[in-house]
Amino acid sequence: MAKKMVTITIDDQRVEVPEGTLVVDAAKMAGIHIPVFCYHPKMEPVGMCRVCLVEIGRPMIDRATRQPVLNEDGSPRIQFGPRLETSCTTPVSAGMVVRFASEKAAEARKDILEFLLTSHPLDCPICDKGGECPLQNLTMAYGPSKSRFVFDEKMRLEKNIPLGDLIFLDRERCIQCARCIRFQRDIAGDPVIHFHQRGRATEIVTLSEPGFDSYWSGNTTDICPVGALTTADFRFGARPWELRATASICSQCAVGCNLTFNVRREAKAGGRIAIKRVMPRQNEAVNEIWICDKGRFSAYQYTESAERLTQPLVRRDGKLLPADWEEALDLVARRFQTALDGFVTLASGRLSNEDLFNLRLLTDKLGGQRLLDTHMAGGDLVAEFGVAAGTNFSDLGAGDAILVVASDLEEEAPLWYLRVKQAAERGATLIVANPRPTKIARYASHDLRYAYGQEAATLLAMVNAIGSQKTRLPGWVKEYSADESLRSAAAAFAQAENAIVIYGQEGLGLAGSRDLAQAAAGLLFVTDHLGRPGNGLLAAWQRVNDQGAWDMGFRPAEDLKTALAQAQAAYIVAADPVGDQPALAEALEHTGFVVVQELFLTETAKLADVVLPAQAYVERDGTYTSAERRVQRFYPAVPVQGKPRPDFSITAQIAARMNIKMEARIAGLVFSQIAREVVDYEGLSYRLLAETRPQWPEVARSDLYYGGTSYENSQGLGVQLKPASQVRKLFRVDWRKPQDGLPAGGLTALPVTRLYDRGTTMLPSKVLAPRLTPIHAALNPQDAARLGVQDGALVTLSVNGVTREVRARVREYVPAGVLLIPRSLGLPVVAPASAGVQVAEGQAA
Amino acid sequence: MSHILLRHRDIPDLKQLEVYVQNGGFAAFRKAVTEMQPQAVVDEVKKSGLRGRGGAGFPTGLKWSFIDNNAWPHYVVANADESEPGTFKDREIMEENPFQFLEGLAIACYAVGANTAYIYLRGEFWQVAHFLDARIAEMEAAGYLGENLFGAGYSLRIYTHLGAGAYICGEETALLESLEGKRGQPRLRPPFPPSVGLYGKPTIVNNVETLTNVPPIVERGAAWYRSFGTEKSPGVKIFSLSGNVEKPGNYELPLGATFRELIFQHGGGIAGGRSIKAIMPAGASSSVIVATEEALDTPMDYESVQKVGSVLGSASVIVIDDSHSMEWVVNKTLHFFKHESCGKCTPCREGVFWMRNISDRIRTGRASAEDVDLLYDVARQIQGKSLCALGEFSTMAVVTGIERFRADFEARLQQDAPAEG
Repeated sequence: MAKKMVTITIDDQRVEVPEGTLVVDAAKMAGIHIPVFCYHPKMEPVGMCRVCLVEIGRPMIDRATRQPVLNEDGSPRIQFGPRLETSCTTPVSAGMVVRFASEKAAEARKDILEFLLTSHPLDCPICDKGGECPLQNLTMAYGPSKSRFVFDEKMRLEKNIPLGDLIFLDRERCIQCARCIRFQRDIAGDPVIHFHQRGRATEIVTLSEPGFDSYWSGNTTDICPVGALTTADFRFGARPWELRATASICSQCAVGCNLTFNVRREAKAGGRIAIKRVMPRQNEAVNEIWICDKGRFSAYQYTESAERLTQPLVRRDGKLLPADWEEALDLVARRFQTALDGFVTLASGRLSNEDLFNLRLLTDKLGGQRLLDTHMAGGDLVAEFGVAAGTNFSDLGAGDAILVVASDLEEEAPLWYLRVKQAAERGATLIVANPRPTKIARYASHDLRYAYGQEAATLLAMVNAIGSQKTRLPGWVKEYSADESLRSAAAAFAQAENAIVIYGQEGLGLAGSRDLAQAAAGLLFVTDHLGRPGNGLLAAWQRVNDQGAWDMGFRPAEDLKTALAQAQAAYIVAADPVGDQPALAEALEHTGFVVVQELFLTETAKLADVVLPAQAYVERDGTYTSAERRVQRFYPAVPVQGKPRPDFSITAQIAARMNIKMEARIAGLVFSQIAREVVDYEGLSYRLLAETRPQWPEVARSDLYYGGTSYENSQGLGVQLKPASQVRKLFRVDWRKPQDGLPAGGLTALPVTRLYDRGTTMLPSKVLAPRLTPIHAALNPQDAARLGVQDGALVTLSVNGVTREVRARVREYVPAGVLLIPRSLGLPVVAPASAGVQVAEGQAA
Repeated sequence: MSHILLRHRDIPDLKQLEVYVQNGGFAAFRKAVTEMQPQAVVDEVKKSGLRGRGGAGFPTGLKWSFIDNNAWPHYVVANADESEPGTFKDREIMEENPFQFLEGLAIACYAVGANTAYIYLRGEFWQVAHFLDARIAEMEAAGYLGENLFGAGYSLRIYTHLGAGAYICGEETALLESLEGKRGQPRLRPPFPPSVGLYGKPTIVNNVETLTNVPPIVERGAAWYRSFGTEKSPGVKIFSLSGNVEKPGNYELPLGATFRELIFQHGGGIAGGRSIKAIMPAGASSSVIVATEEALDTPMDYESVQKVGSVLGSASVIVIDDSHSMEWVVNKTLHFFKHESCGKCTPCREGVFWMRNISDRIRTGRASAEDVDLLYDVARQIQGKSLCALGEFSTMAVVTGIERFRADFEARLQQDAPAEG
């Protein structure tokens, strides 16, 4: 239902806005920029800083007649109160008259600014915020040019306080607006920073251990209206006006947060253009104006690693030795051509759509297999049952439902956690089903537990509880019965106006994930939550472009080991199967010819016959398809060092040597071809992806108004693809009887996801290093007691043919019989696998 | 005249339950619960013209009638923070006539449909809190608190809660924040507590003295109560008299008694035979009244005190004799407000700090005549901009002190600090 509109007058300008709009926002819509410090359009107003004081008049109402009192000329008489009012806390009302430019209001602004500057250090020349600082800007615009405060009486406070490893506080600069505290409490749900003391002694402190323990801390530096909060990586790194902005996409998960890389020519980098910081770029449908700390502090750092491959390597006499491109490409082309039937391409979702498309062309020409390096299934189902174009978490609220199953959402897709949390707080029914407690479950109205291995069974029980009029359920679905809590969750899901299922990777490998995705599609089908915005299936993929890889026709191998062992030639691109599963090394020994195209000399690359150095995404352009199936562009931020080439070019150059024509130079031309040949991408173009629309709140404009230092999006909001269910009505869904649950007896190692893992793209981040997840395996206290394992003890873990010493974590939340092993810590668990644990030598009690 | 509020001065051992009951205690509460509809109680209090004794003077019955009956449960909170310098009346009530206060609180709860009440006491009142806890337990044992009171189906529990030492928590919304376990800082208003109060529920916050007025009003009726005081300020008030007087203390007088009566008749006049210079009628938050003959003859009611350029407030009358410089008094108040400003809003946090600095410069002979003007300007600059009344209060003595006693400030310029204070 559309909101009632009211008309108000601000400085003689009439503006019509929805009822309930705050005066400050209404003014903004009229192009009048009332200054603010504590107000932030993403948070509830608090009216603390008082800089937005204005005169507000309302039509006089005759008490007796309840009619408006009129002036002689027939206009309503306006009554102004004796006090100024804060425009950030006052909602508009019909006939309201606001005076912003009046002398009284201007005087108040000047007064407040003078107050704020009494104890501000005015160290703008050395302040990171200088140049993009609301306090600086608003002082220039509205403040007094001279202070009457005696300089010697200024508060002298500590200036370099680490609130943790990532954020530093300058107590002198803080103006106590509480934006950071409110962000952490209200938006992030991590109330780990607070005010301490009172009055002029009020200061920000952190009470968590480690300090400022939140995945969201960096955002507080964006919304800080002064230079009080700065990031460990950027502080004293550059002046804002020296920086150029390049639009990009975060490569660290599949949410596809829009980023801005700020770059400048850097003496320390030998005069090269270098990335100085990562900032959120506004996209209200994706990340709004937020990013997680993993993105902020590790989105590009790995691309600057000294370990990057800089030139092709060719194996001679058993050793990988430098070669030039011509030699390497000639060799690769010759061997690929002769591989004929036995050609396999193994690629990953780290690649752009353009890279994957060229790989597909080559593989198809050679009659090879297109394999996706993933242990999670369902990308094909997402293309069919995925969320409809136009889906935006921000639109979900009361009456809608979100089901999060088998996902520790904050660890797997941080921004989704943030947005699902807000939707739940707006009244959406949040159903969380997971074998152990997760953070998102704090906001759940239905917090369900199932045993590991029962993921699909849980959703099928919901389907069974709901039943279906549209389709005949297979008889075996009746075997899955729901208890009361599951039944009530199922009913809530079925009754919701809009509903989304997010499935993740908690404890799952390929097989379990396929069962789960299919069950989730079935649940959406029987409840008719398909084809409309705010409805459909979402997968919390591990990699930025996993969905794009599915869309480009890559599929996980049923048996990768056999596929590789039987291949006459394997073209492994942006994938490290041996690193993930050391057992595959043996398979590669049987492979006729192995080419690895990579950023780093991975475990797989070390076994290759030819290693081809690829450019990182910050060095080139391309597109990624997010897990919400939004196709988004990234742009070159920095020049390439050494000889690496873009993946799609390398593939095209190999192909050219086999007289297969494909675009080798311009990513946009490859994309044009995608738009012609890949059905769901039909009609897209780089130009379309680069289009923008006005977004609310307005950020980072030149109008001194700050929703944050986040960047305005001027280089593209991307385009969300339509799933098949939106293009045409789906009449059927496949039902897949899930495989049995976990084997009873013994310990089963299960992969789980931790955001701060130890993957190749995380390790090079110096700032995050102290926060990385320690290498460990978590087990239940009873299992630990049985095995004589103490919390923190070194144990010998045997799994998938590998034996490693790791620290044991003994935790109540781990169900009996399982070992939880975080992914990307170097422990080879990609799917449930039986495991052995022994107290390590010398550790026995 | 016998006391209405400080009845313990007339009746020994009134703080003992049986003595209180023997002297008509809980008759009003019983009458309200068994014979009156809640609305009738509200109406009676409205008719009595009782106004809030915490300082703002808002009509109590009207406040009660604002309670939002579309949201439940309701709460009543007794404001026993008594933090205004120079105010010590609530403490005497709670320590010496506790049951009349508790009965008033109980009647207020019945009137607004609350089954739970909290007494928020300043942290320093921990002994008072223990004392009240014991009295509450006695009431429960005697059937004056608990379930199904007087067999009329009404239930009530009262709890005490100690603050942690902040002046601001006397402000009703900061009090509610503190009571909820949060940082004691004022909330934005509107919404006001009768709509959105404790835990987001409709809440009435009343001062201890205000509530202590309620039992006699319910028992004897509004008309009787109106026989005391003035037309617009009916009833009696406890005046906390302090400063340079012979007999400081609490004096219960009808509203409209003059300053002269209080200070000279009851307070025994100015200590040491000196002459009176100024009066701060509402503690540290007062505008300073120049103690002229005319001012001394001013009736102490809400309206008349305004006419001499101040407010009655909580009626903590601080008397200042001619041995004191107003500059010193102002400096004292600024140190207090600097210490107590909660820091939430800019003008109060920064402005009070700034005023304190200027005032200290004047105090220590490091200031020029412009600094007196600056101090005045900064005070004016705070006015009308702060989030709650505390910021406003901090400027009262400054502005009126300089306007009315400017010579005191100028006398300190370029001088060393005097020994005083």
